[in-house]
Amino acid sequence: MKFSLGKWLLPTYVALTFIFMMIPIVYTFIFSFNDVEKSNIAWKSFTFDNWLNVCAQPEVCHAFGNSIAIAVISTLVSTALGTAIAIALGRYKFKGRSATNLLLFLPMATPEVVMGAGLAAQFLDLGVAKGFWTIVIAHIMFTLSFVVVTVKARVATLDPRLEEAGSDLYANASSVFWRITFPLLLPGIMAAAMLSFALSFDDFIITQFNAGPDTTFPKFVYTAAARGIPPEANVIGSAVFIVAIAIVLVVQLRSSLKAKRLAK
Amino acid sequence: MAEQFVARGQDLELVGIRKEFPGFTAIENLDLKIPAGEFFALLGPSGCGKTTTLRIIAGLEEPTVGKVLIGGKDVTDTKPHQRPVNTVFQSYALFPHMSVLENVAFGLRQRKIEEPLPKATKALELVELEHLANRKPQQLSGGQQQRVALARALVNRPALLLLDEPLGALDLKLRRQMQVELKAIQMEVGLTFLHVTHDQEEAMDMADTVAVMNHGQIEQMGAPEALYDRPKTAFVARFLGQSNIFVGDVVENTEHTIAINVNGQRIAAPKLRSEKHEGKIAIGVRPEKATFHETKPQLGSEHNLVGPGEIIDIRFTGVSNQYLIDVPGFGDITVFAQNVGKSPVVELGAQVYVSWKVEHSFGLSDLPAKADNDEI
Amino acid sequence: MAFVALGQGGAKSSAPVKNSSKVAFILLAPGMIYLGLFFLTPLVSLVITSLKTASMTGVIGMYDYGFEPGNYAYAIEQYGPQVIRSFGYALTATVLALVISYPIAYFIGVKARGKPVLQALLLTLVIAPFFISFLLRTFAWKQIFSNEAPITQFLQSIGLLPSDQYIIGTSFAVIFGLTYNFIPFMTLPIYTSLERLDVRLVEAGSDLYASPAKTFWKVTFPLSLPGVISGTLLTFIPISGDYVNASRDFLGGSDTAMIGNVVEANYFRIQDYPTASALSVMLMAAIVILVSVYVRRSGTEDLL
Repeated sequence: MKFSLGKWLLPTYVALTFIFMMIPIVYTFIFSFNDVEKSNIAWKSFTFDNWLNVCAQPEVCHAFGNSIAIAVISTLVSTALGTAIAIALGRYKFKGRSATNLLLFLPMATPEVVMGAGLAAQFLDLGVAKGFWTIVIAHIMFTLSFVVVTVKARVATLDPRLEEAGSDLYANASSVFWRITFPLLLPGIMAAAMLSFALSFDDFIITQFNAGPDTTFPKFVYTAAARGIPPEANVIGSAVFIVAIAIVLVVQLRSSLKAKRLAK
Repeated sequence: MAEQFVARGQDLELVGIRKEFPGFTAIENLDLKIPAGEFFALLGPSGCGKTTTLRIIAGLEEPTVGKVLIGGKDVTDTKPHQRPVNTVFQSYALFPHMSVLENVAFGLRQRKIEEPLPKATKALELVELEHLANRKPQQLSGGQQQRVALARALVNRPALLLLDEPLGALDLKLRRQMQVELKAIQMEVGLTFLHVTHDQEEAMDMADTVAVMNHGQIEQMGAPEALYDRPKTAFVARFLGQSNIFVGDVVENTEHTIAINVNGQRIAAPKLRSEKHEGKIAIGVRPEKATFHETKPQLGSEHNLVGPGEIIDIRFTGVSNQYLIDVPGFGDITVFAQNVGKSPVVELGAQVYVSWKVEHSFGLSDLPAKADNDEI
Repeated sequence: MAFVALGQGGAKSSAPVKNSSKVAFILLAPGMIYLGLFFLTPLVSLVITSLKTASMTGVIGMYDYGFEPGNYAYAIEQYGPQVIRSFGYALTATVLALVISYPIAYFIGVKARGKPVLQALLLTLVIAPFFISFLLRTFAWKQIFSNEAPITQFLQSIGLLPSDQYIIGTSFAVIFGLTYNFIPFMTLPIYTSLERLDVRLVEAGSDLYASPAKTFWKVTFPLSLPGVISGTLLTFIPISGDYVNASRDFLGGSDTAMIGNVVEANYFRIQDYPTASALSVMLMAAIVILVSVYVRRSGTEDLL
């Protein structure tokens, strides 16, 4: 630690790695301003048109809208189901706990291609036509475990005495839940919902197996990759990135500042 | 101020309570009656079942067997939120997402009582925290949080207020200060307080009645002075203050006196202060009741005398010195002597005799688990 | 956000657990039934499909229920190299990601401790790639390494790359892409366990005359092992089934196909569902065996 090389080696490495990590993001952003039609491969000239007219390529917009709708619906369902499971695991004693844990762990330990192909095989066997709703079903399935893990971590930090204090202070079971348990779990539930949304929005492999003729933004990009991805896709990717980073930065900074204030 | 809490406390009765957890029994067979308006302390070491008792009264645990009656009404099968009982939790359990005022108003709002906020503000005035009403609990000091927890419970005018080691997290100075305040508030509001603690000084200082609990049972119950003056079991004798305990066979059983033979020396206790009158029994004395002498004193039968022994340790504790005297055949005897003259009175290694008045002896109902005379 | 989910192994609940199976059942049932219907039974469907036989009607993409273990033999015979390559790529990329990620996680979790704002910024940078579509960022690398790209031409001009060879389509490109894409999955769990590391233990180590390197290997690294384990699992498993990086439209070429690519091709192009399913079942079985051996040997069984 005393020699200066050792002192600077690690920060320099970290900085360089972060620059490396940002390369494709910056690339995508820059090429969202490229003045080309469909094959956004070589740089031609700078334009704002792609940003101003995102829906010039209607398929891009349609795919994006689909992705948002699927992510919203599947997030709502998986957050509700997952929160209930997390509370049961964190607060109640019941038979079959280890089987439950295993069933929750398995989807996280299963490669997407297996889950995707399996669900597709089931839809095929049952003669279900694939489309928007089969994607939603698939997304709820693979995001559920992540919701459980996230909310469970929050349940573990929740002092059960607080709920006892609530019932001691004349709150019945539902009041205790809505006035004490739920507000205290809310940060964890929100984090789980954001994670679920991000996983759903960016999923490609499971989606491809269960989308049928319908499309999502990642599926559109994959299909378009063979002939060149239109710059509008870069616009959407960049815009989503900026919004998401802004949200995360605000959430992160707020909680770290709060931690700092409380630590004084 | 006080008229807000006009409702008097109610009495509490536990009948034949037994509580089993998988693998162990927390409470053996507990009967307890606490009169309305009393400050009652349940004192015992950790794991003695006192917190379980409190949780059963609050409704947070169900007894395996037995009944809980509050104001004569059987509440055994009612939920915590239906009982006229409030608890000040050990860790305070203040709701971190609500302001101090909202914390205090919580119970009032749940019962849909009118004007919850003005009432909560008044309760905060009682604990002198109204200026912090809009803070979040995390922004308060430990002592302030403790007072918020107290206000949050008191504002509901419960028939019975349960305090679960509420002062345990505070430092010594603050704890003494809070003891005084808590006692003053109890006198002011006139509620029934049930205070659970492992701190014997705290229990004796505040409570009207103390029950000493051990292994899921109440060993002895009474006014603090009575308990201290005449402990009935070896556990109480050692948990509540310190005691020197001697074990021997009864050799004398007269109208007023019981005496045992310990290693050839006679140790007597008044019969009225003895639980057992025959066989092998234990007789004890408090260290401050004993004195020591550098030469063998001439004392009558109204005194017990043992010795000589060697002073093997002297501990300076401020107002008094604590001497540990090793008397062959008797083990170590502790004697407190006030530092009124020169200190210490004798030097380490001195040979001394120990004496005390027979009337200060107490005869126990059981024998100490260990033969040594150390405090626990 | 994502890092909340990962590597929570150490969060222990001190809650006095309520004994009310009825409430627990009501809370658990909807989600668990859901997983039963849409996760477990699909795995059964997968096994059933993997044993189907070609339809008597001879229509492509139609199969009859049956018991044809030969589908597995065929899959192994036909796609053995791709299976082996998948695990080779996954192993290499996992090790690379670990080597690259550990110092970053260490810096954020230990060196930046006590500076919450810096920590928050760095963590946001770690997860930043999550927020640009996985496919877009992989495609960006394809463009950056394309045959006409300056970097390719530079490497060719200095002779590091023969003039008739390119970067895209090589194992290097695929492993590069896989490593890049999964660095955040490795960094976050390691960060989580390093963040909890008690610095006093490290100080105690150096107080007992251990050199910094020795302290690291004897104290810091073992304590961060839970994070390393969940990081390697979160990296290895998805990589072994990935087919985007190795796709010919992205970073791969004709000799880089992984199991995922083969499954995809059999499913969507050839419509040979039994072979695709047999491959998936084998992948799943291999992962389950590897994970359980790995988890047992490293002694962290309560990952969830």
